[in-house]
Order: sequence, then structure tokens, then C-alpha cells
Amino acid sequence: MALAELGLFSQAIILFAALVLFTSFIMLGQARTLPLIFTFAWQGLLLAVVTVLVAYVSKHPDLYVSAALTIVLKVVLIPWLLYRLSVQLNMQYDAELIRHPSLLLLGGAGLVIFSYYVALPIVRLSGLATRNTIAVSIAVELIGMLLMCVRRNAVAQVIGFMSMENGLFFSAVVSTYGMPLIVELGVAFDVLVAAILFGVFFIHLRDSFDSLDVVRLNRLSEADEPMPLQEAAGARPPGEHS
Amino acid sequence: MDSQLIAWVLAAAQALLFVAAAPLLAGWVKCVKCRLQNRAAPSVWQPYRDLAKLLKKRMVLAENASWLFRAVPYIVFGAMLLAAAVVPLIAVRLPTAAIADVIVLVGFFALARFFTALAGMDIGTAFGGMGASREMMVSALAEPALLMAAFTLSMTAATTNLSIATEYVLQAGLVLRPSFLFALLALAMVTVAECSRIPVDNPATHLELTMLHEAMILEYGGRYLALIEWASQIKLMIYAVVIVDFFLPWGIAREFTAAALAVGAVAVTAKLMLLGVLLVAWETVLAKMRLFRVPQFLGFAFLLSVLGMLTHVVLETGG
Repeated sequence: MALAELGLFSQAIILFAALVLFTSFIMLGQARTLPLIFTFAWQGLLLAVVTVLVAYVSKHPDLYVSAALTIVLKVVLIPWLLYRLSVQLNMQYDAELIRHPSLLLLGGAGLVIFSYYVALPIVRLSGLATRNTIAVSIAVELIGMLLMCVRRNAVAQVIGFMSMENGLFFSAVVSTYGMPLIVELGVAFDVLVAAILFGVFFIHLRDSFDSLDVVRLNRLSEADEPMPLQEAAGARPPGEHS
Repeated sequence: MDSQLIAWVLAAAQALLFVAAAPLLAGWVKCVKCRLQNRAAPSVWQPYRDLAKLLKKRMVLAENASWLFRAVPYIVFGAMLLAAAVVPLIAVRLPTAAIADVIVLVGFFALARFFTALAGMDIGTAFGGMGASREMMVSALAEPALLMAAFTLSMTAATTNLSIATEYVLQAGLVLRPSFLFALLALAMVTVAECSRIPVDNPATHLELTMLHEAMILEYGGRYLALIEWASQIKLMIYAVVIVDFFLPWGIAREFTAAALAVGAVAVTAKLMLLGVLLVAWETVLAKMRLFRVPQFLGFAFLLSVLGMLTHVVLETGG
């Protein structure tokens, strides 16, 4: 299906879907905490725009509720919670060292190609106007997972998790015009509760380890093996944290 | 036979206009930049005066300058002249547009850059070699991004010929293509890097730590310097016109009547002025970045053009 044959609103859906994917890539390359949170908020906003456009084109008014829910939760509430937490923990200007940033971005491009091949049979069977965006929604999900895999900072991992949820919501909107409203409400509140729990988890992590680096969670405090050289310099002796 | 002759005359006139107008674009950019930074602006004709002064001056050559050093200004200017002849400025369907496509255009730029780098190393000063190595690093990273962006655009238009692609975009009308958006961003970033504009290079300074392009041509003076500076102004204009042709082709003349050509000239002037203002705004809000952050900048440009190609395949053509 050529793009030029679609109506202007369907073209806008595809344009904004591409922008959602673009924000995923920005998150993958963004090392600083505050811009990462803001990019997540932008992704939510673009997703809400896509939802409103799909609701308008497909004439599914219940999708407007989903869009409003997305704006309230993912553009305002969760970014605000994360922002407040990062200010509270005094880490809003922290930058994480990303190893091989270009390789990471190329890995993201590889995931897009993979999800294109995965989505190809669905696209052939489907008759929806938004069927081409299914691959993009899967890619957003996978890139969120990649973000969770490669980052060591707990805030970045939470953003990756939330971005995966964004991808799920996105694929529900473009492949079946949204889940039933009750399911969507449930998922939305789950995500909200998860965000609050993550906040509690951050504070505990900070109190016991003095860092949000999740690699430190793997280390047993009782183990008396020598610490790796580069971490031994700044780390406290084991057992002192409580 | 007669229309053929008119077309060739028009093509030659367009190429001459391109070369003649390039300093004006540079003057316009400088003028707007001064205004935006609250300085007294020089006249937009200042680059012409600079070129005239340089052309009149006597030349001083280093003792160990070889024939290569003396040939390079002509090679660089010639490559830019040929490249300018290929790009449609005020009319499409000119016979010169059929000579070469976007890939050859990139090749012309590479040729000019290669010889400039050789000339930089020819004298044997430290600055020349340093500038040449830096320029080569930047261009080795910028060229893949540029080519990928060109491929993305030509996949939509099904041709790499600039004139035909412009006509295709004109005929398609307003289509919201995400691949064009990404390719535009990538092309803008590559333009900034290749034309030595601010986040990558600052052409207005002669500080040894920040020079990229200037370091290579430090040994030139007089007529040779005039040719090289003129060539770099033409290069900026070529990039600007390519962006205009691909993304905002409306107004360009499709038949060779006086009215259509006048409309084309006015439209391209307005679009280039707008683009100049955008370039100045971008240069004013950004600071020059460290040399070792340039690979990251250009890597991002490459990612954007890859993303453009992927969205073209995934979203615009479908399964």
C-alpha cells in the first residue's frame, strides 16, 4: 500500500508513529537522567497524538479515553514522579557512561529490521489502514527491552520498562484499535503502582548502596572475594551499609 | 533544434547564476548573523568585495610548493562548478541535469576535498597536515550519512537524478513522509559538518585548536585563496539548493517561459533566504563542540538517515 494513496490523517498516523520510534532511539542514546525523563514524556505525548488520530480515522470514540489516560499517566504523572525522585535523590544532573553508543544505536536499527520481519505475516493478513505501524510498535517494545538490558542506572531501567509498556499500548492501538477499556484501565493503574513502587525501591537502593547502579545488587555483602579494581576505589567495605 | 539550443543556453545561464549568486548567500548569512547577535552588519555584497580584493592581490608561494599546490585551487573550483551545473536552481528538465546524479555530486565533493587535503600536506607545515587529517576524519563520517540520506530520498522517487526527483516530489503534492523528515534532519546535520559551520567548525576563527577547514588553506593567498573561498561558498549554496529541491520544490520552473523562470527565480531566492535564517538561528543557539564529539554528532546523522530508510521500507511501502 503506497503512502500517497492514504488520506492526510492516515499519513499523519504514520508520521507520528515514526516519531514515536525516533524518541525510542533518543532514549537509547541519552545518558543524562533529566533529558531521559523528558524524552519519555515526549514519547507519551506522541503516542497520545497517534491514539487520537487513530480514534478519529477509525471512528472508535473509546480510544479518546485511552489517549486521555495516556496523557494523564505517561506525560504528566509518571514523568513528574520520576523527576521529583531524581531531584530528591540529587541525581538529576547525573550522566551514565554508555559503552559503545553507536553500536547500541545500530543494535536498535537491527531490532527494527527484526520486528519488520516478525510483523510481515500479520501485515499481509490485516486490512487495517494502520497495519504498517505494527512493526514499529513491536520495535518500540524491543528497544525498551534493549534499554533495560544495557543500562546500569535504575532510573534508566524503569524508563525502559515504561517504554516497553508504551510499545504494548501502541501495538494494541494500531493492530486492534485498542484493548477493552477495562483492561486498559487495569494496565494503566498497574503501571502507576509500579512507578510508585519503583520510587520506594530507588530510595531503599540509595540508602543501602549509596548508588542507583544495579550491578551492585549482584554483589553479596558477606562475600570476602576481592573487589574488581575500578570499583574498589570508591566503594565502602562490605557490611557497612546498614 | 531551436528549443534544444534554448535549453542549453538556459542551462549555462543557470550554472553561471549559481556561481555568481553563491557569495550573495554567504553575505546574507553573515549579515543575518550579525543582526541576530546585535552587531553592526556588513553589506550583503561584502563577499564580492573580498573576492575582488583577493583576486587583485599578488601571490606569495612557499618555496617548496609543488605543481599540485598550484593546481588544487583550479581543481576545487572546477569540481564545484561542475557540481553546480548539475543541480536544478530555477528550472528542471535542463540538459545538464542528465549528465550526473546525486552520487556523482557526492563524488565531486569528495574529489575537491581530497585535493584540498593533499594541498594542505604539500607545503609540509604542521597546521596543514593537522587540518587535512581532521577534515578527512569529519568527511569520512559525513559521507556515509549523506549517501544514505540520498538513497532514502531516491528510493521514494525511484531515481537518483536530482531533476527527475524534484519533478516527482512536485507531482506527488503534499505527502507526509516520515522518511523525508528524517532524511532532511540528516542532510541538515551533514550540511553543517561539510560546509564547516558552527557546531563542527567555525570558519570565522584562526585559532589553531579549533580550525578544521581553515588549517588546510592557511598557506594560500591572492587569486588561489579567492578561488578556494568562492568554491566553499558554492558548496554551501549547492547543499542549500539540494535541500530546497528535495523538500520544498514548489515554484521551480517546469517549462522554459519567461514567466515560469521569473517565478522560479523569486521562489528559490525566498527559500534560500529562509534557509539562511534557519542556519543562522541554529548557529547562534549552539556552541562549537569538541573535535572528539564530532563522530557522535555525525553518527547521529547516520542513524537518522538509516531510520529514514527503515521507515520508508516499513511504513511507506508496506508488506
